[in-house]
Parts: sequence; C-alpha cells; structure tokens
Amino acid sequence: LLGRASLLVSAALKEGRVAPTELCQRCLSLIKSTKFLNAYITVAEETALKQAEESEKRYKRGQPLGVLDGIPIAVKDNFNTAGIETTCASNMLKGYISPYNATVVQKLLDQGAVLLGKTNLDEFAMGSGSTDGVFGPVRNPWSYSRQYKEKSVPKSHSEDKDSNWVITGGSSGGSAAAVSSFTCFAALGSDTGGSTRNPAAHCGVVGLKPTYGLISRHGLIPLVNSMDVPGILTRCVDDAAVVLGSLAGHDPKDSTTIQDNFKPFELSDLTDVSKLSIGIPKEYHAPGLSSEILALWSKAADLFKNAGAKVIEVSLPHTRYSIVCYHVLCTAEVASNMARFDGLEYGHRSDMNKSTESMYAATRREGFNDVVRGRILSGNYFLLKQNYENYFIKAQKVRRLIANDFVKVFGSGVDILLTPTTLSDAIPYMEFIKEDNRTRSAQDDILTQAANMAGLPAINVPTALSERGLPVGLQFIGRSFQEKQLLTVAKWFEKQVKFPMIQLDEVKRHDHGVFQHQKSASFLEHRT
Amino acid sequence: SKLFSGSQVQFAAPPNSLVSFFDASLPGTLPVLNRRCVEAAVMTGLALNCSINKKSLFDRKHYFYADLPAGYQITQQRVPIAVNGSLSYSLCIDNKMSQMVTKTVRIKQIQLEQDSGKSLHDDVRSQTLVDLNRAGVGLMEVVMEPDMCCGEEAAAAVRELQLILQTLGSSQAVMAEGQLRVDANVSVHHPGEPYGVRTEVKNINSIRFLAKAVDYEIERQIEELESGGTILNETRAFDSKLGCTVPMRDKEGKQDYRFMPEPNLPPLILYNARSLPANMNHQQVVNIDWIHERLPDLPSVKRAKLVEQYGILPEHSFTLLNEAGLTEFFEDVIKQTQMKPKKVIGWILNDLLSYLKQHSLTVKESPVSSFLLADLLNRLEKKEISSTAAKQVFAELWKGEGKTPLEIVKEKKLQLIQDQEDLERICQAVIDGQENEVMAIKSGNRKVLNKLIGLVQRETQGRSNPVLVKQLLEKKLSE
Repeated sequence: LLGRASLLVSAALKEGRVAPTELCQRCLSLIKSTKFLNAYITVAEETALKQAEESEKRYKRGQPLGVLDGIPIAVKDNFNTAGIETTCASNMLKGYISPYNATVVQKLLDQGAVLLGKTNLDEFAMGSGSTDGVFGPVRNPWSYSRQYKEKSVPKSHSEDKDSNWVITGGSSGGSAAAVSSFTCFAALGSDTGGSTRNPAAHCGVVGLKPTYGLISRHGLIPLVNSMDVPGILTRCVDDAAVVLGSLAGHDPKDSTTIQDNFKPFELSDLTDVSKLSIGIPKEYHAPGLSSEILALWSKAADLFKNAGAKVIEVSLPHTRYSIVCYHVLCTAEVASNMARFDGLEYGHRSDMNKSTESMYAATRREGFNDVVRGRILSGNYFLLKQNYENYFIKAQKVRRLIANDFVKVFGSGVDILLTPTTLSDAIPYMEFIKEDNRTRSAQDDILTQAANMAGLPAINVPTALSERGLPVGLQFIGRSFQEKQLLTVAKWFEKQVKFPMIQLDEVKRHDHGVFQHQKSASFLEHRT
Repeated sequence: SKLFSGSQVQFAAPPNSLVSFFDASLPGTLPVLNRRCVEAAVMTGLALNCSINKKSLFDRKHYFYADLPAGYQITQQRVPIAVNGSLSYSLCIDNKMSQMVTKTVRIKQIQLEQDSGKSLHDDVRSQTLVDLNRAGVGLMEVVMEPDMCCGEEAAAAVRELQLILQTLGSSQAVMAEGQLRVDANVSVHHPGEPYGVRTEVKNINSIRFLAKAVDYEIERQIEELESGGTILNETRAFDSKLGCTVPMRDKEGKQDYRFMPEPNLPPLILYNARSLPANMNHQQVVNIDWIHERLPDLPSVKRAKLVEQYGILPEHSFTLLNEAGLTEFFEDVIKQTQMKPKKVIGWILNDLLSYLKQHSLTVKESPVSSFLLADLLNRLEKKEISSTAAKQVFAELWKGEGKTPLEIVKEKKLQLIQDQEDLERICQAVIDGQENEVMAIKSGNRKVLNKLIGLVQRETQGRSNPVLVKQLLEKKLSE
C-alpha cells in the first residue's frame, strides 16, 4: 500500500478501502522503524494525526478536498511551517518555530495533505550530500536494500555492516530518503544547483525542479534567491504532476512568480515520440562521469531513437564555466541572505554581550557551520567595491551566456535535453567525507547547475540500478514553463525503463501481505 | 503602509506594534512593492521637473546594525526612480520682504528606499532597545546638488520642498515627527577652486536649525582651514542646544556596503500613454502621464495665481502659502466682503497673522472666523466705522466671546458720525476755537491742518471720518 503511487492510494481512500488515519499511522510507525536513516529532523505526530482525522471526516462526508486529501507528505526543513520547528539543520535556527506557513506548505495543507514532519538536509541547503547538517547525515535507504546488500562485498568479517552505508546526495537528502523509504508519498525539497535532482537520482525517486517563477518561494528560506525553487520528490512522474498542479501559480507574496494563470494538467500517455526532438549536450560528458552512467545515457538515447524520435547531439559551450559562475553568484547571495541572522529577532543568540558587534560575531560563529561561514566570507569578498565588477558582474554576464546556450538550442528545434543527473551512483559516506563540502559541491553540481542558472525546468527519472545495486537516474531539461511537455516525455521514459522497486526489509515488515506489486513504481492500477 | 509590506505607518505607536514578518526579517519572507509609494515618488519627481526613469532597479545595501533587521537596506543605488530635476525657491534680500529673488537648486535624483528601525541607547543599563515600527517605512531620498551657499538658502529650498510635498500629499513632511529628515553636506572653497572636502551634518530637527547648522559648519570649516587645519570627510551631528556641530559617534565608519541587486524584486517598470500596452490592466500599472495630468497646482503656481487674481504682491503670496490654512481663510474673506483684496490682504497679514503668532495659534485655531472678519471689513468699507475703530473691534473679536462686529460697535459706540450737518457744526466749532492755527493755515502752513483734524477727532471721540473732516475743514477755511 505504501509503495503505491499517490493517485492510486487516493482512489483507495475515496473508496474507503483504507482510512487516512490508518495511512498516517503506518507512515509514522515506518518513520520510527527507519529512524536510523535520519531522514526526519522533526516528526509532527500529533498534528499529522489530527490532519488525518479531519481528512477522514471529509472522506466520510464524501467531500474530499482533492486527490491530495489525506496523503502523507514530508517537507524539507528549510520551509517555514507554522507551529512546527524549522531549523535548516543549523544551530542558528534550532528551536525556531515560525509563525507562518510557506505558501507551498499552505497550499498542500489546503488540499488536505497530511504533514508528517520536516526532513533533514545539509545546513541551510549548502551541500550535495545531506551530510553537513547539525543533526547528522542522512543515510540512503538503498544502503539497506537487498539489491545493494547482495552486490556489496564485505571487506572483512569484523567490519560493521553498517559502516558502508551510502549517502543520499543533497541537499534535499532527507526528503529523497523519506520518499524512497515509503514513509511518505511525496516530499518538498528545494533546488538551487541540483539539490532536488541529485538526491532523487541517488535515492531512486523522481525529482522535479520546476521553472523559476512557477512556484512561490515565499516561506522557503533562501539560499540563492535568483536560483532557488521548491522541488518535488515523488515515486513516479504522475505524482509529480499532481503535486505540481497543486503548487504552481502566481503568489502576490512572491514578486518573482509569473502573473500568468497556471492550468494544472493531467499527463497523457505518450504513444508517438516521432515528433520529438531530443538533444544530447556533448559537454555533459563531463570529466569524472562513470562509464556506467555514460553507457546508460547512451542506451536511453537509443531508446528514443528506436522509438522514432529525433536524437541529435547539441552543444552548450559555456557549460564548463558554470561551476565558477555559480560559485560567485551563490556565495554573494548567501553572504547577503545570511546577514539577517544576528541573534536579535529570532534564532540563536550568543551569551556574549560585551557589545552588539561582539554579540553578532559570537552568535554567527556559534550558529553557522564552516560551510556556511566559508560561503559568507567568499560572498562578501566578491561583493566588495573593488571586486564587484570583476566577479559579480562578470559572473552575471557569464550566467547570461549559459542561459543563452539553452535558448539557442531550444530555438533550433530541440524539445528536450537528455543528460545524466550525477557523475556516479551514491558513494559511501566514509568516502564522501574525505573531500570537503566545497570540493564535493563543485564536482557534484556540474550536471544540474546550469538548469538553475537558466531557470529551466528539469527532472530526474530513476533509470536503472548500477553494478553496485544502487539507483542511477537520468535528467530531462525542458523549455521554460513547458512542464507539461517535460513531464509527458519523462513519463514515457519512466514507463520504458521500469525502474525496480526498492526491497527494504523494514518496509516489508510493515506492509506484510499488502505489498503486492514489487516490480515497478511507475504503474497505475487502472491503466494495466 | 510600508514600502515592501502591509504594516501600518503611524507616529508614536507602541513599540514593535507595527511590525510584519517581513519587517522583522523572518527567514523566508519576501518584499512586495507598495504601489502608493511608487506613485508618490513619481508625483514628487514630476513636481521637481525630474525625468522619471521608466525602468528603475532595487539594490541591497549591507551593513550590520541593531535597527536593520535584515542586515541590509533595500534601496535604489544603480538606477533610481527619478533624476535631473530642479527646485526653485525664493529668498528675501536683506530680510526685506519687498525684495525677493528666485534661486534654483538642481535635483540629482530621487530614490525609493526602506527606513530603518529606531535604537535607543540605555547607557545606564548598558543595553540598546530596538523598536522596529519604523523599519521598512518607505522613504523618498531627494538628493540635491551643492548649489546653495548658506543656511538661508538651504532653509528656503527645504521649506519650498516641504510645501511641495504637502501639496502633493506624498508626505506630510513634518520635521518634528521625522517625516522630513534633512542631512546637510557642507564644504567650503575659494572662488574658482574645486569644491572642498565635505562633511555630512545630521540630527537637524527643524528648518530653523538647518540654517543654523549649515552656517555654523561653514564658519567652523573656514576657521579650521584658515588656521592651517584640514577638513575630515566625516559625519557630524548638530547639537541644537549648543548651536554647533560635533563629530558623530562613528555609526558606520568607512564601510563598503557591498551593493548587490535585490534579487526578489524585478525591475520597476513605469509606463506612459505611449508605452502602455493595449491589453494591460490599468490597475496593475503606474502610468506617468496619468499622474502628471492629475498633479495639483504647485506652490509656485498657486502663488502666481493669487498675485494675478487678487492683485496682491508676490511677497504676500509667500506669506499666505507659508501658513497652513491662511490662503483659504483669505479667499473665504474675499468671498464675503466688498473690500478689495489689496486691502483685505493687509488685515490678513498684519492683523490676523500677527495675533495668531503672538498667541502661537494656527489658522485653524483662530477665534476670529472668516465670516466675522468679512463682516467687520464690510462695515469699514461702508464707512460705518473708521479704520482705527475697526482695529479696536478686531481686538474685541479676538477675545472670542461670541459677539458680532455690530454688537461690539454699538457697545463701544464706535460708529462714525453719519450726519454731515453735525460734523460741520463740530468742525466750525473747532475752527472758531483755534484762531492761531487757522491763521497759520491760511498763511500757507498746511501741516497745522492735522492738528485741527485731531481736535475734531477728539471732540467726536474718534467717530469721525478723517477724510471727510479734512474736506470740511478745508472747505470752511477757504471760505
């Protein structure tokens, strides 16, 4: 039951075959038994059950609010949730209870969704491993899957079998793990340089980054205001479309959302791809790309070709500058956005009280980890009067060039771009931490960042398992505000590849007997 | 409401009672631009003859201070909303109202920005109290070029700006309530040389203090330079008690504000009739031309109209506009009296206004209404009373006891003698009683006539029309 797509379970709710409170309870107890994943920072048990009860009443009356009514969801802990702690996995906001809901959270609640809790992340969403938050790293559920265990060769008898667990990727690792381990049906993440798509790829779930300006950022604690978007993590593309439909649209509280009326869409089943033109950007054959993923990418291209689509190699020549460009713009905005954390109005305040300045300094040193402090220092450096022209302005110009690369390619008749999402499958935590956050981010973001620079929609679709039994995903990048086309193609692809469902003992134990469909997460009962 | 949030703006509200989530810089909140502030800035720009930038941008100016919750102020550093304007103002030469000269100061730009909160330093308890009520309130910063040469010019320019803002309604511009704040940048140089190092003078709380502060600072700089010193590019505060400027506690120091575009606000696009797209909902946009058409008459226009319409002197029009409600009072009186405006103005400026000033009252608080004054002036016009008597009546009216001019005239027996025969008889009596004076007059000393007029006045207890008395005396003496 928990493994099913939300649309299906929605039908079950409607027909009374399962009650919202029961669904909620199961998810809550699964969260408890998968606590070792450390996917959740806060579990809002009481409020979730209350929401489930309300939902149940509505179903009994025959008046559910919509498809999402009663559906358990999780939200990354950098979204404001009224009455529920919002920490951004930082000491700076430990214990911070926001008085308002982020617009996207409010929209989900208005649809009757049940908010199970807040998920773990890299501190203030800075990182690509979900390893650098104050509540500790998130473990990839696939580390405990039969698929991974079967493939992993224990190095020695005495080795703690727990020690080679793999990372989720980041920074929305908690949300990806939560969806991947069936504790919720959908989760909100955020995506600034790939933070939704990267963990989605490593955890074998669908990760959608919408077009910048489509979904409100009001209430999302910002990393880079000009690149951040709320991200959607689900187990199948259809679900992502449903969630997108409930979130997209102009928000007067966010002046960067577009004014046009958004029309939620239902994804049709694409049968004929012959009119489709798929672009393969050659620069995405990046250094460090594993041969496995390269092969998979190639296979995917062939899949489209064999189905009649036009598949052509394209060039995004400024791709190689995106890392440095991103670094400058990101750190500059971070330095600015973090300036408000001074301990005065909210959050952590140091005991140091010799002077306002010393209080600020101590508060910020105590409240932020090195990653955040490092970015603030870099950012302030780039914003200095003497550096502004050479760094910030230059980076903005380069950003425009990167965005123009896409404009040219899409303007030449290409509909969708197909690229890898990550350079490799998830690596073990012990290996990941050998390099620092900055190095890792620079490496891991290369395939996902450009979409944020250009504000384009992009989606990770789980494709196959690696030799180590871990998920590998591929990425589709679409035209601005053409989510419908993007998701339609993604859905077609999803159907072709039939990505296997994770085999987690914990989940099996919970769902004994009810768990029928082991093969694929991309089915919908009423379709077969 | 505030520039980027819906909080109310109110002077002297309880501390921290007008603070929205955005004003408190709660994480995740975003700015939303207030349309009225934009319109106010456009109106002000148009009134100051500026070019309105159809596209202007918002920036973040970073510095850490307790009353700046976000750690940055949203302002317009790169491209402000209006540029290159001018403000004309008038000065009296040598303090004589009769000689006014018009001067102009160029307006460099007008920019929209956020105000900060207020911090109150409690040195006794070693703490700072922060009130964020003011944080985020919309400010229009009007930057003038250094075209003024002394305190008087600065004061006159700012006064005119104040009147313009009040006329437009874009600000109440009351300095005492912080609605208009002035920072003066002062430097000195020898003629022909480039401008000297400037200091910025803050904490100026009235127009009067502005003039004082500027003049003091000019003196101080000249003295400093002439004794071989140098001027530091610093910020100084005006101490109104001591009448001098002192170096300010270094609030910001030589800071790099690390300006950065505000990423949460798209460029501000304004339209005019030509550029407005056909299908655009006019509720959603700000149309410069639409605003221009609806601008009220600016003070300079109002003054010119008063002069033309009523034949009063330019300096009169200045005084009229300078006092809230005085023009309206003047015009109300005009409507209700036959007396010519040129004469009415004297009563308004010399009598009414001086009484108001003496008692520190505003026009609104005047115990003498326009109706009463008009009534009094009518009686004077009809020669029912002499002008001396009229002044007496006015003084009585001022007591505000509710009596009408007619009642006061009757009570104090101030009516002019209307009976000509009666008057002739008295004149004759005076002539008969002043042989020497009559002879002096007849032999050519006309000045002595005034003595006779005076005697008649005394005899009639001031109830004779001096012009008529003079005529009668002359007639009799020439017989």
